[in-house]
Amino acid sequence: MGYIRPYNRILLIGCNECVTVCAAGGRKEVGILSSALQIASMKDGKPLEVKENTLERQCDPEYVEELVGQVNDVDAIVSMACGCGVQEVAKRFPSMRVFPALNTNFMGASESQGVWAERCQGCGDCLIGLTGGICPIARCAKRIMNGPCGGSTNGKCEISPDIDCAWHLIWNRLKSLGIEDQYETIIESKNWKTARDGGPRKIIRKDLAE
Amino acid sequence: MKNFEPVIVAFCCNYCAYTAADMAGSMKLSYPSNVKIVRVPCAGRVDVKHILTAFENGADGVYVAGCLDGDCHFKNGNIKASRRVEYVKGLLKEIGIKEQRLKMVKMSAGMGVRFARTATDITDEIRKLGPNFKTSQKTPAP
Repeated sequence: MGYIRPYNRILLIGCNECVTVCAAGGRKEVGILSSALQIASMKDGKPLEVKENTLERQCDPEYVEELVGQVNDVDAIVSMACGCGVQEVAKRFPSMRVFPALNTNFMGASESQGVWAERCQGCGDCLIGLTGGICPIARCAKRIMNGPCGGSTNGKCEISPDIDCAWHLIWNRLKSLGIEDQYETIIESKNWKTARDGGPRKIIRKDLAE
Repeated sequence: MKNFEPVIVAFCCNYCAYTAADMAGSMKLSYPSNVKIVRVPCAGRVDVKHILTAFENGADGVYVAGCLDGDCHFKNGNIKASRRVEYVKGLLKEIGIKEQRLKMVKMSAGMGVRFARTATDITDEIRKLGPNFKTSQKTPAP
């Protein structure tokens, strides 16, 4: 709210991809936020015009291009996409203020309706093949390669009784697959350069890139 | 604001509150004309956006009236509605609207008296809270 207070006309843009299935920034959430902003502005007795649009994807310049022509009569843009989308929009419109409406948290999976949990940290050096399809990087609080640690009790992590011990899950999985011996293989310490520690990452597919 | 008459939108489930409103009518019970009833097939049909749209169009108060616990015609629409109302209360709080302006109530189709009393009580409460917006806005279509 603080971001847009100085402005009278904003363009509120959603994204049809990940944030839609996560019920965070799709067309429906755009409608809800738009209503909420309208109500808030009516409460303050201040006029606010909200234009709504939901793009197919905000992380691809081709779709962001669709906004050209819609930004001329607004004072600011509020994006309900993940951080990638917000930045693509900001890049395309250098003279506009672009604000994020979401806090992008993590790459996760839907455990049940309305429940999302972290599954991948994008470390760039996947070892799920060694751990029975369960990631100790994203799902262990300590990200340890050879667990569990002493904080594992009855399959739960010491940081919260709501969080499964990843290494407990891994052991159960290896057991059910009959490959317990794989547990004895020491996984060496990881080179975190492929993760964020090596600086911002970029992938170039030479066959696709022009 | 001496003569303030609030506009209240009541989303009423067809299987309970809406029928209870009928019952109130046939029992010749009066309830405030401030309450505008929107008939819905189930309280669970009421979406976040519906509630917000009511406020956006000038409602001073909104309530969702569903069946008693365990009596939903569609199994658990009333429970879903309750959760949604709680969610919207959080939203309203965030944008500086008093959460007392939104309520979830439950009743059965036979509770004409309860319907009339609920409508009266909520109207009184919202009247005390005063208008939701500084300037008078467009009123919701009947």
